[in-house]
Amino acid sequence: MAAAPKLDHPSLPLVKERFADVKFMATEFRGQTTLVVPAEKLHDVARFLRDDPRCQYNFLSDVTAVDYLDYPAPQPGRFAVIWNLVSHANDRRLRLKVFMNPTIDTTGIDADPALIVDSVTDLWPGAEWMEREVYDMYGIRFRNHPDLRRILTWKDFPAHPLRKDYPLRGRGEREHYQKLARDSA
Amino acid sequence: MPYTLSPDETIGLDVESTEYLKDHVQAPDRWVLNFGPQHPATHTTLRIVLELDGERVARATPHIGYLHSGFEKLGEHHDWNQWVCTASRMDYVSPIVNDIAWHHAVETLFGIDVTPRCKVVRTIMAEIGRLQNHLLCIGAAGLDLGAFTGFLYGFNEREFIYDIVEYVSGQRFHPDWTRVGGAWRDLPDDDTFVRMVRNFIDVRLPKAITDLETLLNRNRIFRDRLEGVGTISREDAIAWSLTGPMARASGVRRDVRKDEPYLCYAPNWDGEGADPVKFSVAVGSKGDCFERYLVRMEEVKQSAKIIDQLIHRIPKGSMNVGADSKAVIPPKGDVYGSIEGTIQLFELVMHNRGWDVPVGETYTAIESPNGELGFFVVGAGGKYPWRVRCRPPCFMNYQCFPKLIEGHQLADVVAVIGSINVIAAELDR
Repeated sequence: MAAAPKLDHPSLPLVKERFADVKFMATEFRGQTTLVVPAEKLHDVARFLRDDPRCQYNFLSDVTAVDYLDYPAPQPGRFAVIWNLVSHANDRRLRLKVFMNPTIDTTGIDADPALIVDSVTDLWPGAEWMEREVYDMYGIRFRNHPDLRRILTWKDFPAHPLRKDYPLRGRGEREHYQKLARDSA
Repeated sequence: MPYTLSPDETIGLDVESTEYLKDHVQAPDRWVLNFGPQHPATHTTLRIVLELDGERVARATPHIGYLHSGFEKLGEHHDWNQWVCTASRMDYVSPIVNDIAWHHAVETLFGIDVTPRCKVVRTIMAEIGRLQNHLLCIGAAGLDLGAFTGFLYGFNEREFIYDIVEYVSGQRFHPDWTRVGGAWRDLPDDDTFVRMVRNFIDVRLPKAITDLETLLNRNRIFRDRLEGVGTISREDAIAWSLTGPMARASGVRRDVRKDEPYLCYAPNWDGEGADPVKFSVAVGSKGDCFERYLVRMEEVKQSAKIIDQLIHRIPKGSMNVGADSKAVIPPKGDVYGSIEGTIQLFELVMHNRGWDVPVGETYTAIESPNGELGFFVVGAGGKYPWRVRCRPPCFMNYQCFPKLIEGHQLADVVAVIGSINVIAAELDR
């Protein structure tokens, strides 16, 4: 049986105090704290964590996502986007997490109105490519992103490959890719 | 059909045109140059669409993904040991660092503390990986600017590093060396290993450093081409998520080895109160290409210093963690000679068994030669990871490339790429 999480991260009370009416969840594992934020509050919380002199999370280490389809432990949503914040001044890390549930079929690439969250590129410009990668791999879009295009796959790629319902060997993109002959190129 | 390069905004290059580009195609005297993906100066497969005003870069748009091979997807279908072979192939200039980073992340998730012997050997190999990477980067910085000699000074010494890596792991290029809770084999012979490493850091490396510094440090062409080129300020370096030598050259005092210490960089690493290894973090101030070269050069010297402190202190004992951790396949003698050994072997190799994996997630970073190399690993109690996310330092470092190059000359493109040290296999994964 895993030990109960120790929620003693010093930034948690500050967030709670500033956003008294927002319902947060927090969890800790191996000394690493994750704060689950409602999607609509993400940008405000991120701005607070960056600008508050007691928090000073000035560095965005990573933005990524996870697909919890059929995950053994129940989760509040199927997809989670994760922001990994670092405070250089306090030498501290905090992960923000936003859960979301798709409303349309996830095997396609149609834009899902539920899979969208505010971009943090205005707070940390370095988030630009990381958010593009999350969009490319999971189809989660970022509101107010300056240039939201696919980044690792090509622009007509017909899937979001890191979703759990995308098969490991693909859906034949490789086999059926149109080959160009030398004289038609 | 021959290509015509003319100053014409209707050039039919497939630049996946976006608003970002369209704004700037208005000027009639601009022309577009497609740089890469197959170009010797990009080192690997990078593509940059450059919009030029004469020879001045008005706009640069990097297009990446040419080496994307779904490493993270593969990670969800490989077990905790298998994926090290994939991790090795990310930053192939110093692959042993990736191995160490990956299994360090897995051990953090599992809650395993490796043995002091393993920590020392891993630290030595991580620093050797740093030398391997920096020697190539420094040499290639010369190569890109036409100093082929400098490249050979750096590259030649890497051959001796390959020998050490081969001796430790059995493979020269992609070592795939670490395993959960240790390494796949102990050192064949401590004395030989010490002799090889000593020979490298005492005889080979100082000569290479002297050669490179004499050739480059006061070289008029080298300095003129690098000083003041590709400058990024301290504030921007933090805002753009830069890490490693790139951030430190801009004055960011941040090194995962000091700030979130692990292995032998952490105090009390052997459980008996050992001090962390002593070294200084090289920090620059100007943030230009030349400063990045200097920071890397200083890190080479500091790495040698770290190895020097550890190489005669390799503790005796086991490389792998003990049987009670249920993490490593026991030695064959134990498998045949004791019931616990047999059980442990079966627990690990049976299909429906395996490691005792928690349902949880951790992010663990180490200081790779290019910066913070972290793995976000989600365990689901099963044989395979649920999610493997690699935070590749190149990806974040390369992202600010347009910011570094815009306004400079076309010839500076290669100088800046070289100073970022983009490894496309890691960039695209």
